[in-house]
Amino acid sequence: MAMNYSEAVMDHFTNPRNVGEIENPSGCGTVGNAVCGDIMRVYLDIDENGVIQDAKFKTFGCGAAIATSSMATVLVKGKTVQEALEVTNKAVMEALDGLPPVKVHCSLLAEEAIHAALWDYAEKNGITIEGLERPVNDISEHEHGPHPDEDDGDEDED
Amino acid sequence: MKQIYLDNASTTPVRKEVLDAMLPYFSEQFGNPSSIYPLGQDASDAVAEARSTIASLIGASPKELYFTSGGSEADNWAIKGFVEANKDKGRHIITSAIEHHAVLHVCEALERDGFEVTYLPVDEDGLVSPADFEAAIRPDTILASIMMANNEIGTIQPIAELASIAHEHKITFHSDAVQAFGHLPINVKELGVDMMSASAHKLYGPKGVGFLYIRKGVKIANLIDGGQQERGKRATTENVPGIVGFAKAAELALAEQAEEMERQRAIRDHAIARVLAEIPHAKLNGSATERLANNINFSFEFIEGEGMLLQLAARGISSSSGSACTSGSLDPSHVLLAIGLPHEIAHGSLRLTLGRDTTMEDVDFAIDSLKTILENLRSMSPLYEDYQKTHVGSIMDKMKAAGKKNIS
Repeated sequence: MAMNYSEAVMDHFTNPRNVGEIENPSGCGTVGNAVCGDIMRVYLDIDENGVIQDAKFKTFGCGAAIATSSMATVLVKGKTVQEALEVTNKAVMEALDGLPPVKVHCSLLAEEAIHAALWDYAEKNGITIEGLERPVNDISEHEHGPHPDEDDGDEDED
Repeated sequence: MKQIYLDNASTTPVRKEVLDAMLPYFSEQFGNPSSIYPLGQDASDAVAEARSTIASLIGASPKELYFTSGGSEADNWAIKGFVEANKDKGRHIITSAIEHHAVLHVCEALERDGFEVTYLPVDEDGLVSPADFEAAIRPDTILASIMMANNEIGTIQPIAELASIAHEHKITFHSDAVQAFGHLPINVKELGVDMMSASAHKLYGPKGVGFLYIRKGVKIANLIDGGQQERGKRATTENVPGIVGFAKAAELALAEQAEEMERQRAIRDHAIARVLAEIPHAKLNGSATERLANNINFSFEFIEGEGMLLQLAARGISSSSGSACTSGSLDPSHVLLAIGLPHEIAHGSLRLTLGRDTTMEDVDFAIDSLKTILENLRSMSPLYEDYQKTHVGSIMDKMKAAGKKNIS
């Protein structure tokens, strides 16, 4: 394996921020697919001014999946709904000092999980969030990072 | 922090006696075995002695033992070299779905060259059925390659029975014994294998050396043309220290084998019993009985393997997983899928492989750690949240209800 995770990734994996659930959340979104090995669920508590007061997550996935969910919730907390849309996968990756190439899809999933929770909030409140598109619930079918070639030597050679 | 190494199927440390045997051949005894002066002849004698030692340990003649750079090279040579020399007799090969990639990827490459390959399925324990094997044999089958013991789940195949079926049909039988050599009693004549691969670094020998046993009379193409090393079939100046170290490691491993197998088996069975009793939604992968003494492999539901490995590593425990996330590919282990695990469960697997330094206390510490880690990862898992709210949707509950064994 020898995953080259940054210190920030290891920190967010080892001590993830905002793990948990929110009762009666303003918005909740689940994305991913257990067959591919990643599922993220994000809960948002959004006040009447459209400011994200709290964000929680639960993730089934690798170290990078847990770290990106943790960082994504940190980044959206305190932001307006509009500002939260700017928390892209790139922003999550930068905040974590980068991800190994095979783990880039985890950051996409984190972005998608935030979008799914925002979409749920918008639907519940009958509002439209400018720039927010219907989330893809199962991004693994569409985007799963680069596929290493069979001969790139990454496989366990027992 | 105490380091607990539980990845002995991956590699093992070179033991002191082996290193001591090797050291002179790096410097003082550096001669080329092909040279005629004493320095060269001493090296040549050392290689010859090592060859005799290993040959006698497996019941072979020294002329049937060819040193290679490792297990993967031996597997590649056995299969590619054999079909190259025998392709006029047929172009069909039989292997199993759970072979190491050093066999599977060779077979896939041969398929691209026009050979046909049957990948035999295995049962839920990971065993190849002799009846399936016999049924797969065709008039144009020339070679079968079935591993002796699996590297991930430790399942030991009925090699003697399979080899005997192969011979009734005049088929040559190869076995990848990389995980078995040193860990199981092996006599090539009693087993009836025609070719067999092994590697030194799985039994406290050095990396970079292995062997291929080729029974006298089996036709095989040369691997490397050049000098007269390895009876002209694999040129390259011999890895003298490696070969000497391999023989020493094999000698020690076989001398201690019976006692060590018994000791490791007791630790293994204790660990398996503890996990099944103390961790809910765990499944033992592989056979409970037809299993290498050093292999423990479990799947844990609702979690993914990489997080488990990282957290174990943070506690000083080295282990491995069949999760896709640890291999750099999208799919989880082909072995776990072949024994019928759904992807979701295959992603959450953990392999602990014991070694001669492993104690009962080490394994108890690993399992105590594992319990804490799994509680932590499950508390973060949306799948576990759903399960706790509804108590439905557990794949392992369904597998258990369907009569699958060794699930907590």
